[in-house]
Amino acid sequence: MTAPDTEEALAAEIARAHAAREPLCIEGRGTKRAMLRPVQAARTLSTRNLTGIVLYRPTELMIRARAGTAIPEIEAALAENNQQIIAEPPDLTAMFGASEAATLGGVVSTNLSGPRRIMWGAMRDHVLGIRAVTGEGEVFRSGGRVLKNVTGLDLCKLLTGAHGTLGVLTEVTLKVLPRAEATGTLAISVPDVARGVAALSAALGSPYGVSGAALLMEGQAALGLDGMVALARIEDLAESVTYRLARLRDELAGHGAALLLDTAASHAIWRAVRDAQPLDAAPEEAVWRISVAPSAAAGVVTALRAAFAAKLLLDWGGGLIWVAGPASEQAHGAVMQAAMAARGSFTLFRGPASLSAHVPVLPEEVAPLAAIARRVKATLDPLGLLNPGRMRG
Amino acid sequence: MISLPAPKPDILERRDAILADLGRLLPADAVIGEAIRMKPYETDGLAAYRQMPLAVVLPRTTAEVAQVLRYCHANGIRVVPRGAGTSLAGGALPLADAVVIGLMRMNAIHEINLEDRYAVVEAGVTNIGITKAVEGDGFFYAPDPSSQLACMIGGNVMMNSGGAHCLKYGVTANNLLGLTFVTIEGEVIQIGGNHLDAAGYDWLGLITGSEGQLGLVTEVTVRILRGPEGARAMLTAFDSVEVAGAAVDAIIGSGIIPVALEFMDKPCIHACEAFAHAGYPLDAEAMLIIEVEGSLAEQDMLLGKIRDICARFHPTSMKLAESAEQSLAIWKGRKGAFGAVGRISPDYLCMDGTIPTGELPHVLKRIGEMSVQYGLGVANVFHAGDGNLHPLIMFDANDPDSFRKAEEFGADILRLCVEVGGCLTGEHGVGVEKRDLMSVQFTPRELELQRAIKTAFDDGWLLNTAKVFPLADNPKIAA
Repeated sequence: MTAPDTEEALAAEIARAHAAREPLCIEGRGTKRAMLRPVQAARTLSTRNLTGIVLYRPTELMIRARAGTAIPEIEAALAENNQQIIAEPPDLTAMFGASEAATLGGVVSTNLSGPRRIMWGAMRDHVLGIRAVTGEGEVFRSGGRVLKNVTGLDLCKLLTGAHGTLGVLTEVTLKVLPRAEATGTLAISVPDVARGVAALSAALGSPYGVSGAALLMEGQAALGLDGMVALARIEDLAESVTYRLARLRDELAGHGAALLLDTAASHAIWRAVRDAQPLDAAPEEAVWRISVAPSAAAGVVTALRAAFAAKLLLDWGGGLIWVAGPASEQAHGAVMQAAMAARGSFTLFRGPASLSAHVPVLPEEVAPLAAIARRVKATLDPLGLLNPGRMRG
Repeated sequence: MISLPAPKPDILERRDAILADLGRLLPADAVIGEAIRMKPYETDGLAAYRQMPLAVVLPRTTAEVAQVLRYCHANGIRVVPRGAGTSLAGGALPLADAVVIGLMRMNAIHEINLEDRYAVVEAGVTNIGITKAVEGDGFFYAPDPSSQLACMIGGNVMMNSGGAHCLKYGVTANNLLGLTFVTIEGEVIQIGGNHLDAAGYDWLGLITGSEGQLGLVTEVTVRILRGPEGARAMLTAFDSVEVAGAAVDAIIGSGIIPVALEFMDKPCIHACEAFAHAGYPLDAEAMLIIEVEGSLAEQDMLLGKIRDICARFHPTSMKLAESAEQSLAIWKGRKGAFGAVGRISPDYLCMDGTIPTGELPHVLKRIGEMSVQYGLGVANVFHAGDGNLHPLIMFDANDPDSFRKAEEFGADILRLCVEVGGCLTGEHGVGVEKRDLMSVQFTPRELELQRAIKTAFDDGWLLNTAKVFPLADNPKIAA
């Protein structure tokens, strides 16, 4: 593994690889290596030594850090000023069996967003600026440090979620926001997925600013609630949380037995949802993420359960379906079919190479879009050396 | 003055044949060739620039748009997409050898889904039209550019439009789920859908704000949000720009993110007060309009906290709206700011740079000095929470020297925005107006990369040619 400690050295490494036509596995700390497909490259180039916060201006709601900076380091710096990363990216160390925390570059490259996505946007919505290196070893910038910027084509969004295949991020500038003074949760016992999603839709369709809406499939004995449990979160000033939760509870009274969780209990349960802990995926199982319109979730769940013993967790008001199950082509086929039938999207989020190397891990692009994708890829990485095979075979 | 590329002589020569061909592709009333009927399309919100196009087409369906694009691509004809033509950056300015594709007849709302909180609308639906369609149920479409009564969602997508409330709700890109996208080859592609975050490359993010350089958008799936219980504004005035800036920092630093946080300087306060009689304090050097949301009790609580913070900065006056009507009165002056400046000056240029908010006092001081140097008045209105600055430069379009000076003044302001760590445009787009300033913000190689991405979508550079990218050193456009 090569892990340069400056952007210049990293660019020089890529330029050398380009001259030698040598494919590279691009990673931060490699905590999500089992995401999507295995990279077809003998050598790994890591951004793990490009570390440190470069600029943090709390009153300008922005922070800029090098790509290899660990997420907890950024979160700690923000917490000192009572701020946070808006999209609430999950900590997947447990799911991926990683021994260290993820890096900023890795979280942005995979566009990982947690429960707050439903109200405040995805990781990609808060990337204000990037520095990156092309597959030829050239450094370029896009965006900047200000909150509103429509100057030129938005390559920040193009590279966010591109899994390192269109350039190597070396520095990222994020919009940040204050942490809420208080957090509260309305937990409702619901009989089935359709009625659980209906409760979440009612919560999200209320005027109370619900910033998390998840559905746990197992009863929460610790909470004293049976069956499936729908969770609606409010983050705000303490007085507002008290008021809004009470109103929400009244307005959703018809959806099932309910109770309220305080700030500490809310933090614990939403951290678990964020990190997909209730999915309880065994190490040998595959994990998928399906994105659909929330009202389609019940149909997807029915289809999956008919095909295999699917473990499930719903977030984003029911629009994000976490699935765990056997790492088989049969189960994967069922996931693809269910997502496509619901006009949604899917990823094989975590799977063994024995599965992921042989199946599409994302929906196929239609021919004219695939042609555009090839030309865009050829612009930024003409020899196809950056993370070959990661997204598509 | 900004130059446009030389028209392709062969295209101009074939004009009659091209009109006849378009007439065969589209219904008779969808093709316009007579000068008198093309006149409304010769300019947009940047009215200092005018150019009659080759032809105007007004398709009613995505299939018709695709047919026109396929034909133009096959024949090497340039295309200028147009929504309502409200661009302040000349984004819809025609070219003499280009077909303007106006999307205003594609104004149907196909689906409203309150349960899943989205709406599917055609590109020619107005911004306010989306909110009007859902507000009866308590929902709204969040981005609210000042032109929202007229501007169309297709144009909003192409320019990634913002508004006064994006500090909380984000800009257009943050409020979209899917697009129907038509390539220059006439291929119709569904991008995204009715769900969040489709896997794969973020085409939705790349296309949004691409100013018609990559393709046309004919349908948009937008997120709609449930509105808050209520909203109320306050006004607070200070005797210096620095102090007002410090008050903004203190509010944001306290952890309160108001839904809107607007700043006006003295010339702007005076212009707006004369126009709207909103009761603005004429002795102030700077004024803030701050809006919060929630129940009545929550509004009282938040406005109280903000009042206490502002009080630490010795405001010269403060006024908390006590009703929705008083709130509207406070907003009335701000919403009419452009019109108000139009009333005291024959013409104005509205600039749109963004700066790091901490740079505001320095930047306003420099703009004041430039105003003296150029001999042109300027009024500043500023989205203070997100750093988006709108200097309104007053000039007289009947005096070519005055217009030339106004453009140079504007360019100097934008160079200053970049110099202090900001950017050329926060929400209006580059268009033709800021095209030649792109090299101030980007290196030649960065511009080349962006141009190569455009080429990946539009190899012949037929789409909205001569916008966004400087003409110089561009082999794809013969200047």
